[in-house]
Amino acid sequence: MSSFAKPLKIALGLIVIAGLIVIPMNFNRYGLFILSQWAVMTIAAMGLNLTLGYAGQVSLAQGAFVGIGAYASAIMTSHGWPLPAAIVVAVVLAFAVGWVLGYPALRVQHHYLAFVTLAFSTLAFLVFRNESWLTGGIYGISNIPRPHFFGIATNKPLPFYYVCLGSLAIVSVAVWWLIRSPWGRAFMALRENPLRAQSLGIDTRRYTLMAFAIGSALGGVAGALYAPLTQYIDPVPFNLSLSLDLLMMVIVGGAGFYFGPFLGAMIAVLLPEWLRFTEGYYLMLYAIAVMGLLIWSPTGILGILDRYMAARRTKAASALRAVAKSRLETAQ
Amino acid sequence: MSNLFDLLVAGLATGAIYALVAVGFTLLWQTSQTINFAQGEFVMLPAFLMLAAMHAGAPFWLAIILGILLSMILLGLGFKMLLVDPMMRHGVLPLAIATMALAIGIKEAVKQFFSAEASPFPSIVPTGDIYILGHAVSLQSIGVLVVAIVAVFGLTTLLNRTSLGHQMQAAAQNPTVARIIGVPVERMILLTFLINAFLVALASLLITPIYLAKFSSGEVLGQAAFVAAIVGGFNQVRGAIAGGLLIGVLDNLAAAYVSTQYRAAVPMIFLIVVILFRPQGLLGRAEERTV
Repeated sequence: MSSFAKPLKIALGLIVIAGLIVIPMNFNRYGLFILSQWAVMTIAAMGLNLTLGYAGQVSLAQGAFVGIGAYASAIMTSHGWPLPAAIVVAVVLAFAVGWVLGYPALRVQHHYLAFVTLAFSTLAFLVFRNESWLTGGIYGISNIPRPHFFGIATNKPLPFYYVCLGSLAIVSVAVWWLIRSPWGRAFMALRENPLRAQSLGIDTRRYTLMAFAIGSALGGVAGALYAPLTQYIDPVPFNLSLSLDLLMMVIVGGAGFYFGPFLGAMIAVLLPEWLRFTEGYYLMLYAIAVMGLLIWSPTGILGILDRYMAARRTKAASALRAVAKSRLETAQ
Repeated sequence: MSNLFDLLVAGLATGAIYALVAVGFTLLWQTSQTINFAQGEFVMLPAFLMLAAMHAGAPFWLAIILGILLSMILLGLGFKMLLVDPMMRHGVLPLAIATMALAIGIKEAVKQFFSAEASPFPSIVPTGDIYILGHAVSLQSIGVLVVAIVAVFGLTTLLNRTSLGHQMQAAAQNPTVARIIGVPVERMILLTFLINAFLVALASLLITPIYLAKFSSGEVLGQAAFVAAIVGGFNQVRGAIAGGLLIGVLDNLAAAYVSTQYRAAVPMIFLIVVILFRPQGLLGRAEERTV
């Protein structure tokens, strides 16, 4: 990378962050809802990206963890608990359940693991639907309150959008730190070759469970924010298709790329809105776009960018080599 | 409260349909490492193709033939050439995701171009009951069971008794060696896609009169077929058949004896137990681990 690239990246990042803070001030209620939804889904997708993109464990259960977080937060805040406490409980709960779900991953891999997690997703949905004493069954839980922070009510869409955005910022920093820590390196070693990772002295058992637990915990965070965002939850949004959607977000954005979930969630949440003018056809167009993208680039959108950058770097390197070679020859 | 005999018959009938769908699923996996998450939608679509043909004025028998042919073109040839072939070199996961997108696409297309409402669908088997050992058994259950058994029997005969079937098996088990001894592997893979398309069209014809034609009906069916295929053995045709029947019976028994609310949980728990203790499936053979 050339020396000016880093300040350029930082400047670009700051512009995007400023834009996310300032521009939505003029948005209407619905626009803010969609943007908040993007922030929430990005958190969930970042969790799955840790499990899948970095640690290489296929999970079709992330939607269930969003559901666990959402129900934990809905039940607690309706009983008068503050949202941060509910988020803590949602995280602990999702982490614990995610840890348990990691055990099958110690035994089976790839498609088998996908099906175990798929079954778990169905089971979680059945519990949400049938345990009416706790979850309200098919009628769900309504009038979920939005929190007060330091005496400021976040009932209005704009303040609550900032709650979601702030949470996204905190999670982003935490994940950024995590994937650069020895933990992140261990996850990636696990993804590339589990046996080699083990022979290098990495406790694959512990890291596999951790990959699931941390990824699930982020799903729990997303759910804990989702409940006050919509202020009403029932089992339907947390069925298997949410897990599939989240998986698609991760893959479409670019699994294993830090910014993949941001892009993937943007496409999954915003693209249908932009395609609204096509009326009933938008999901069809979305499906075709996803298939087209995957045929073209199975590593997602950031995969295209990555390949382009790699090609440019190789080109630059060979240009330098050519120059050096001709200089050497003239010197002789 | 129905008794055990009725439950078993009804379970075997749904199980036979699961088996048809699961067999196609395992065939695709064996020959091309395709996990088709759209398999349920593949069963849903042919019924709508047949309904569309009938709306255009075709008699039922012609609509069936057209539906099966169209299904083989779209879900067999088209699926392979447009999605699986370009994605094969990218590995299992991107292709699995692409089939998820395909499932959404098919569902939405049917909803948009046909109807979001459930439509009735004529049955190829006359309605009514016959009496076996003093029990009233619906002709529909018997018909479904018979057609499914004939189809599966035909398929296993093709695979085990004919040279074509042996070539297909060789292509599935070891493409490299098969190619060396002169098996047209590409053609054999295409054939399995066509067979899968035929089986899902048949399943569609059998199951739609019972559950109505609805754009969303593939979800449950697809999931049941996955479970059946894995429980029986992902890499065995007979495993998929056994798995299908087992899940069908289990599902019906669970509805009667466990609870209607948690009936869907029983096959899922069974699935988890089987994967954990016998990942290759009840009848499957273990796949070697590659380092």
